[in-house]
Amino acid sequence: MSSRRSRSRQSSSSRITDEQIIDLMSKLQAVLPEARLARNDRVSAARVLQETCSHIRSLHREVDDLGERLSELLATTDISSAQAAVIRSLLM
Amino acid sequence: MESKSLSRDCNNPNPDPKMAFHFLRALLHIQQSAATTSFTGRRRRIKRAAYASMAYSSGARRAWSRALIHTLRRRRQRQQRARTAVALPRRIRVARPPRREVAAADQAQVLRKLVPGGTGMEYCMLLEETADYIRCLATQVQLMRNVVDSVTNS
Repeated sequence: MSSRRSRSRQSSSSRITDEQIIDLMSKLQAVLPEARLARNDRVSAARVLQETCSHIRSLHREVDDLGERLSELLATTDISSAQAAVIRSLLM
Repeated sequence: MESKSLSRDCNNPNPDPKMAFHFLRALLHIQQSAATTSFTGRRRRIKRAAYASMAYSSGARRAWSRALIHTLRRRRQRQQRARTAVALPRRIRVARPPRREVAAADQAQVLRKLVPGGTGMEYCMLLEETADYIRCLATQVQLMRNVVDSVTNS
């Protein structure tokens, strides 16, 4: 049964057109910042993937750095008062 | 200089309330136990809270968020077991072969390791999930920046 499933997956993936891949690639290019890849340029798939990987890594690093900053701040400041401000700014 | 795609989110003051709620609540819990936790412990918990709030805001809708929720749960179980278990001798680690230049075809493989659940995804799904994952990561980063700004300015 699992072989039937994988066979059908294979046959459905061969029906995926180049257009679909190009479309998905351009959608991916759209979420990358302009500094990395000019949005309107036609770039190779490899380049898009490379910039995507690099961008994800930098976002992970930012989460780490901001987490470290927050860790320092939590030790010194009481955030419950700041929470009201954050919530307000988020809801407005 | 364009900082990042985040500058688009600046015009949207309400990026993701579910994410914000989850993250802020977690931060409050972490602070309440701040007296008993070390800096490293706090940092680890904040990082976990960041990825958890990302994952729960998308919930079961996305393959990457489902995979991330699963990973977080597994990590938590492992941590809890490690606290009660006896230390066992570690498996001997084999040295990794030296890194060769990543060929264009391997980029998708690199990407699979960066996106939660990526290794199980078919190519088109990987591309779609990646775009959503990046958007969500950017929102989380923006949220954390807002919190840092609010706390430092309070």
